Amino acid sequence: MSGNARSSTACDAVVVGGGVMGCSTALHLAQGGMRVALVDRGPLCREASGVNAGTLTLHMTRAALVPYAMRAWRMWMDAEKWLGMGVLATPVPGLTLAFTEAECELVELRARARREYGAPIEVISPARAREIEPGVHPGLLKAGYCDIDGFASAYLTGRAFRHALTAAGVDVIENTPVEGIDSGDAGHVVRFGAAASRPPLQATRVVLAGGVWIENMLAWLGVQIPIKVLVNQLIITERVRPVMRTVLSVANGLLSLKQFANGTVLIGGGWQGEGDRERGGVEARPENLVGNMRLAAYAVPALAEARIARIWLGLEAETADAMPIIGDVPGVPRAYVVGSAHSGYTSGPFMGRIMAQHILGQQPELPLFDPARLLGMPMPGA
Amino acid sequence: MAEAPPSPIDLLVIGAGPAGARAALRAQACGLEVLLVDENSDAGGQVWRPLPPGFTRAAGVRSSAEAMQGDALRDELSGSGIRCLFGHKVWNVGGSLRTDLIGPEGVVSWQPRALLVATGTTERVVPFAGWTLPGIIGLAAATILLKSQNMLPGRRTVVAGSGPLLMAVASGILKAGGDVAAVLDLASRADWLQTLPSLASRPDLLWQGVQWKALLGRAGVPLLYRHGIASVEALGNEFRVHAQQVDMTGAPVAHAAPVVFEADAVAVGHGLVPGTDVTRLLRARHRYEAARGGWIADADAQGRTSIAGLYVAGDGAGIAGAAAAGAHGELAAVACAHDLGRLTAEAHARERNRLLAQWRKPARFGRAMAGLMALREGAVAGIAPDTVVCRCEDVTRAEIDAAARDGARDMNQLKAWTRCGMGPCQGRTCGDVAGALLAAHVGNREAVGCFTGRAPLRPVSLAEVAGDYTYADIPIPKAAPL
Repeated sequence: MSGNARSSTACDAVVVGGGVMGCSTALHLAQGGMRVALVDRGPLCREASGVNAGTLTLHMTRAALVPYAMRAWRMWMDAEKWLGMGVLATPVPGLTLAFTEAECELVELRARARREYGAPIEVISPARAREIEPGVHPGLLKAGYCDIDGFASAYLTGRAFRHALTAAGVDVIENTPVEGIDSGDAGHVVRFGAAASRPPLQATRVVLAGGVWIENMLAWLGVQIPIKVLVNQLIITERVRPVMRTVLSVANGLLSLKQFANGTVLIGGGWQGEGDRERGGVEARPENLVGNMRLAAYAVPALAEARIARIWLGLEAETADAMPIIGDVPGVPRAYVVGSAHSGYTSGPFMGRIMAQHILGQQPELPLFDPARLLGMPMPGA
Repeated sequence: MAEAPPSPIDLLVIGAGPAGARAALRAQACGLEVLLVDENSDAGGQVWRPLPPGFTRAAGVRSSAEAMQGDALRDELSGSGIRCLFGHKVWNVGGSLRTDLIGPEGVVSWQPRALLVATGTTERVVPFAGWTLPGIIGLAAATILLKSQNMLPGRRTVVAGSGPLLMAVASGILKAGGDVAAVLDLASRADWLQTLPSLASRPDLLWQGVQWKALLGRAGVPLLYRHGIASVEALGNEFRVHAQQVDMTGAPVAHAAPVVFEADAVAVGHGLVPGTDVTRLLRARHRYEAARGGWIADADAQGRTSIAGLYVAGDGAGIAGAAAAGAHGELAAVACAHDLGRLTAEAHARERNRLLAQWRKPARFGRAMAGLMALREGAVAGIAPDTVVCRCEDVTRAEIDAAARDGARDMNQLKAWTRCGMGPCQGRTCGDVAGALLAAHVGNREAVGCFTGRAPLRPVSLAEVAGDYTYADIPIPKAAPL
């Protein structure tokens, strides 16, 4: 490898994985003065970062991640300023709906937990909720209400980041699978498959930002940390007349619903389909499509007549304690990992920023999430 | 969603055109339990389109040869006892080949052992200024009007584009009592003459073409070879169609004086694109073959795809024409019967050789026609920047070019960046032309690929999928962690 290493290009940092967190890390490192390459096996933001529901909500964010999500929410709303190109981020209020007594308790509990972390969520009456969202089902008993909510069109994310990264001088290397990383005292050598016909990249630092594939990437460095793969189903309708004007979720978190300016309504919430790390999202589970659609059409009855335009799947990563993995790769100098934030799209750009601050030797605005805690931690239900 | 009905199905056939219907009949003859599904009200497909339910031909309206062939097929099917689900749309197919349908009774699912996709083609239109105006329809749409209800597209129609549908539509309009303002053919007379040796393989179809042409000649319809539509302007209820001379690639010839025709309808089509929605949804391997219509499932001579139990037949498997489709369907049926253990190797080989011999001549004819209908690069290159390419989402050629310049390298990236192909048609209308536009930046069609197939294959409403339910019927999973 040393021969190859000598002939390769040297970078201050190579980021492997071009989703939101990898892109944001690369961008902030470059803005911090580093020479950065960003590598992805496909195009930028075409996995979870480009196919998620684009919900920018605090209702579904883990309570402890609320301060991160609130900062990231602002970054998304200002995307045109720091990316030079927007993602149609749109601020609207968010409601969490309760249709049963048990769900009312859950709404209270979840609102309280998030308020402790600074989310301005209050529990409101059905009458007040219907003023805010006239489209909601008349059987509503209670709702959590948050003024900081909204959505983006996730499919635009790759284009916006590509624009910003290129402008910042990051070497964006798409459609080029990494085969492995050799780490030693002299730094890291990022190797590509033979098909890439590209010499390895030599880097002082590497950042692993591969979403659900972080587990495989850590294994390149000899580190075993299990990452669970969620296969989330998403459903979008054809353009319909205005049927709602907020972001809606339900008490247990398993619905996300919003209508875009173009009239299409996106239905998500984390109902599971078939798929895995190796094959990606394979197909929707019929019973979960039915469940998700029933919940959506129950929450907003006018949706029943909407026709479905497209169904797809996206992979979401989760650690053993369901908290992010952001910080130093245990036992490997100058190797970092960033990912597995629940509702990762919402908080992604901020997570990349604090990752970059740490790598640049600055004090991160908020604490990282030490990967070492996950060593040896069993995956629940595994 | 309804539970899968208990009766086991060996082979589910999607599409009851010549390929699917003949496949179903042959599969049944081999002892398979067959279910034949079509979204139309009866069998026949596009070429042998049935009359709408409750319609009969008025006295004095002569049945065409195609109508008679269709009636014969429909009689044979109804006498066969094959279970047919007409008026049913396939909206989803799972990896197990579970096929989800939506019909008058709601949503129903079937789990066959094998699936044959015989879904024919979609018409391609290379966009020009004005192509989305009401009153401008596809050549195939014109044949639907003519075949199903003997209706004219308008009083006076400009017929434009490429391939044998030009003559079929123009002569159909004349026979039905309409006027044809002009026929504009991207091909030259020489292009047609080059196909003659292949056409000789089917003298009956060649003779039909000669008759069509003679009919146009008698009616004094101007026939302009190497001409396309540059633009159409709407003037009240009339169109002004600007015809333009093109070169052999379909590109407009600079400085050629435009010819203007007045009409109240335009029927235009630039060939047919194989329907690969189902095979793309199932992630079968595909390959690009311009001469056979574009992207097709990679299949053997009997329609076996890269996925076990999944077969393709007819024009949807690569254009070879309606006359060849029946034998192609039967080839797939005997392959399936053999693969499911219902036909011995010897019997299968015998049937295959016989059917291949039967298929070859019409396929030679059909492929010559497919060559005439193949996408012409110059025609795509000539699309004006402000012309809409994706009509569902109003995406212009300039927006596609801009995305390519910004770094979009494949079709799914293009879709994400521009919404091209994100609308209700799922890219069936624009996908081929958008692919050609992106490929012009990237290098070739293989590199840019095609849109990933997605359910629903046909739009289906939430109410239809959700069925009747109360809140308690929703299987809500346990709450996400705090």
